[in-house]
Amino acid sequence: MSAVSQSQFKAQLKKYYSFYTGGFITFVVLLAIAEQMGMPRKYIGYCFLVATILLYAGIGVMSRTLDVAEYYVAGRRVPALFNGMATGADWMSAASFIGMAGTLYLSGFDGLAFVMGWTGGYCLVAVLLAPYLRKFGQFTIPDFLGARYGGNFVRSIGIFAAILASFVYVVAQIYGVGLITSRFTGLEFGIGVFVGLAGILVCSFLGGMKAVTWTQVAQYIILIIAYMIPVVWLSIKQTGVPLPQLVYGQQLEKVTELEKKLTNDPKEQEVRGIFKQRADDAAAKIKALPDSYGAEKKKLEDKIAELTAASAPAKDIEAAQKSLKDFPADPKAAEAKWKADQAAANGRTGPPRPHATPYPGKDEKARDTAMWNFIGVVFCMMFGTAALPHILMRYYTTPSVHEARVSVFWSLFFIFLLYFTAPALAVLAKYEVYANLVGSQFANLPAWVQNWRAVDASLLTIVDVNKDGLVQLAEIVIGGDIIVLATPEIAGLPYVISGLVAAGGLAAALSTADGLLLTIANALSHDLYYKIINPDASTARRVTISKILLLVVALVAAYVTSLKPGNILFLVGAAFSIAASAFFPALVLGIFWKRATKWGAIAGMVAGLGLCLYYMLHTYPTFISWFGTTPITKWFGLEPISAGMFGVPVGFLTIIIVSMLTPAPDQDTQQLVDHVRYPVIKGDSMVTTGAD
Amino acid sequence: MQLTEKHVDYWRKNLRISAILLLIWFVVTYVMAFYARELATINFFGWPLSFYMAAQGSLIIYVAIIGYYAMYMRKLDVEHDVAEGEEE
Repeated sequence: MSAVSQSQFKAQLKKYYSFYTGGFITFVVLLAIAEQMGMPRKYIGYCFLVATILLYAGIGVMSRTLDVAEYYVAGRRVPALFNGMATGADWMSAASFIGMAGTLYLSGFDGLAFVMGWTGGYCLVAVLLAPYLRKFGQFTIPDFLGARYGGNFVRSIGIFAAILASFVYVVAQIYGVGLITSRFTGLEFGIGVFVGLAGILVCSFLGGMKAVTWTQVAQYIILIIAYMIPVVWLSIKQTGVPLPQLVYGQQLEKVTELEKKLTNDPKEQEVRGIFKQRADDAAAKIKALPDSYGAEKKKLEDKIAELTAASAPAKDIEAAQKSLKDFPADPKAAEAKWKADQAAANGRTGPPRPHATPYPGKDEKARDTAMWNFIGVVFCMMFGTAALPHILMRYYTTPSVHEARVSVFWSLFFIFLLYFTAPALAVLAKYEVYANLVGSQFANLPAWVQNWRAVDASLLTIVDVNKDGLVQLAEIVIGGDIIVLATPEIAGLPYVISGLVAAGGLAAALSTADGLLLTIANALSHDLYYKIINPDASTARRVTISKILLLVVALVAAYVTSLKPGNILFLVGAAFSIAASAFFPALVLGIFWKRATKWGAIAGMVAGLGLCLYYMLHTYPTFISWFGTTPITKWFGLEPISAGMFGVPVGFLTIIIVSMLTPAPDQDTQQLVDHVRYPVIKGDSMVTTGAD
Repeated sequence: MQLTEKHVDYWRKNLRISAILLLIWFVVTYVMAFYARELATINFFGWPLSFYMAAQGSLIIYVAIIGYYAMYMRKLDVEHDVAEGEEE
C-alpha cells in the first residue's frame, strides 16, 4: 500500500468529487445565463460535448499508468461507494439512459421486464459471485476459469465468450454515441461515431482500469443529474410534488382513465377505421399482383391528366407527379412496398395499449406467451448481469472481500436511482400526450411537438388523417427515444437542460463502451497473449500490447457499427443471453460445487453458449438474412432475445452430468475453492491475488 | 491449510442465508411475474399492485437483500474469525 492510507484516500476522493460536482453545476448555470443572453442553441450543444469529453480526457491523462495492477484493476483500492458509482455508470448504457423510458412508454407493464432484470441480477452478483471473485483476486474472468478448472482450454472458451458478448454490446454503445453526437451537434452520424470514439479511447487508452474507474464516477454524477432534473420538473408541473417516484401512481390512474375514453371515442375509431381501410386496400393490391401493378400506375397517370385538364392548382399536380415518380419500378418492388404499407397501417388499427395491464393480448394463449416472454427477458437479463465480464471485473478493484460486498450494494443503489425513475417518466410523458396533445388543434401544436417533428420523422409524426383539424391519438406515431430527449422541452425547461440530457446520454454510452473495450483488450492481452502465448512477457510489454489492442478493437467496433446492424435493444439483450449461457453455470458451480470438473466446465460452456447462439441465429430475422440460416419455430414462443433461458439450464445440466462422469478435481483445486470461500483463513499459504 | 469446525459452520451459515435471500428474490421476481394478472386487480396507493412491484417494490427489495447480506456476512466474518483487517 502506498504512503496514503485508505481512509485518507477516501476523504480525498470525497473532496475531489464534491468540488467536481459543484464545478459542473456552476458550468450548467453559466451556460443557462449565456442562453438567456442570447447564445445560439448549436453552441450550447458544442459546449457540452467539448467540455465533457475534455473533462474525461483530463481524468484519463491524470490517471495514466504503466503499472499492471493499476492498469488492470485500478490498484485494488477503489472504496466501495466509488466502485458502486463507477459500476453504475459502467452498467447503465445508452439503452438504459435513452431507450428505457421509451420502451416503457411504448410497451407499458411488459417493458418493466428490463427494469427488473437489470436490477435483480445484482442479487446474484452479491450472493453468488462478487465476494468470491474478489478473494480470488486476479485480473479477468477467464483468469478464474483457468485457475479453477485448470488449463488453457477452459480459459480459451472464456476468452471467446467474453469477447463475443462484449463486442456485441460495445457495438450497441458506439451506435448510441454516434446517434447522440450527431443529433445534438448536427455532425454526420459517421463523424459522430469517431468523435465519440476519441473520447472513449483517450481515457481507457492512457490509464486502463484506473482511468476508466475515476472517469466513470464523474460520468455517473453527470448522468444522474441529467436524468433527474427534467423528470422532477415535469412532476412538479403535473402534480405539484417534486418526487415523481412517489406520486406517479395517481397519474397512472388518470392515464388508464384516458385510455378507456380514447378507446371508445368516435373520432379515434374513425381514424383507426381509416387505417384498417388502408391495410385492406394494400392487401387487395398485393393479392391482385401482377395485374394491379399496371392498374395502379395507370390510375396515377389518369389522375395527372385529369388534374391538368381541369387546370387544378400547380401544387396538386406536382404532388401527383411526385407520387408517379416514386411509384415502384417493377411488380416485385411494388409488392415489398405495399407489404410495408400494410404492416404500417395494421399497426395503427388497434386501440391504445393499456399501460398498467400485465400481458395484454387478444386471447388466453397470446397472454400466456406474453407472460413467458416477460419471464424470459427477466431471467436472461438477470443471469446475464451476473455473467458479464465487464461488470464482474469491477469487483476485483475493491480493497477487500467485505468492501466488494458493500460495493455491490452501492452499485445497485446507484442503478436503482435511475431505474425506479424511468417508469415514472414514462407515465408522466404519456399523461402529457394523452391529456394535452390529444385534442389540441393542428394549427396550434405545442412547441416541443413542432420542434421534434421537424428534427426526425422516426421520432415523431403527426398527420391529420381524418382532416378534422384536431389531434387524435391514433394520428400520432412516437419513437421511444424521444421520451427522454424531449422531456426538458415538454416540462418547459430552457434548452440548456436539453444539452445536459444529451451530455448525460453521452456519459452513459461512453462509460459503458470504456468498460467493454477494456474487457476485450484485457482478454486478448492478458489472457491470450500473456497467459497462453508468451508467459515471459515483461509487464510494460503487456500493458503496451493491451493499449494497441484497445485501439484495434475500437476501430473494428466502429466499423461494424457503421454497418448499422439492427435494433440496439436486441443487441444489448443478445449480449446478456450470450454471457449468461457461457459463464454463469461454470462460475457459480466452480465456487459452490467442489466436484465440478474441467471437462464438465468445458462441455457445459460449449453446450450453453452453442445452444444460445443456435437459437438466436435461427430465430432473429436479421441474423437469418445475414448468415443464411434456416428459420425455426420459436420454442414455447420465446423471442430470440431470451435465448439464455435455454442456454443457462442446459449449461448447468451438462456441467453436472459430465462432472459426475469424470474424476473429481485434484487436491489443489479443492483447496483453491476453500481459499475463495473464506475472506481470511489463518495459516492459508495460498496466494492467488495477482500482485506483480 | 486446515479447515476447523468453525470454518465449516461459517460456510453452512453462509449457504443458509444465501438460500433464504435468493428464495425471497425468486418470489418477488418470478412468482410475482407469474401471478401478475391476478395481482393487478389489487390497488396499491393508485398503482395496480403488480405494476408497483415490477416498477419499484421488487427493486427496493433487491437493494435491501444485498444490503442485508453485506451486513450479515460482516458479522459472520468477525464471529468466525475470518474477517479481514481494515487495511489490506
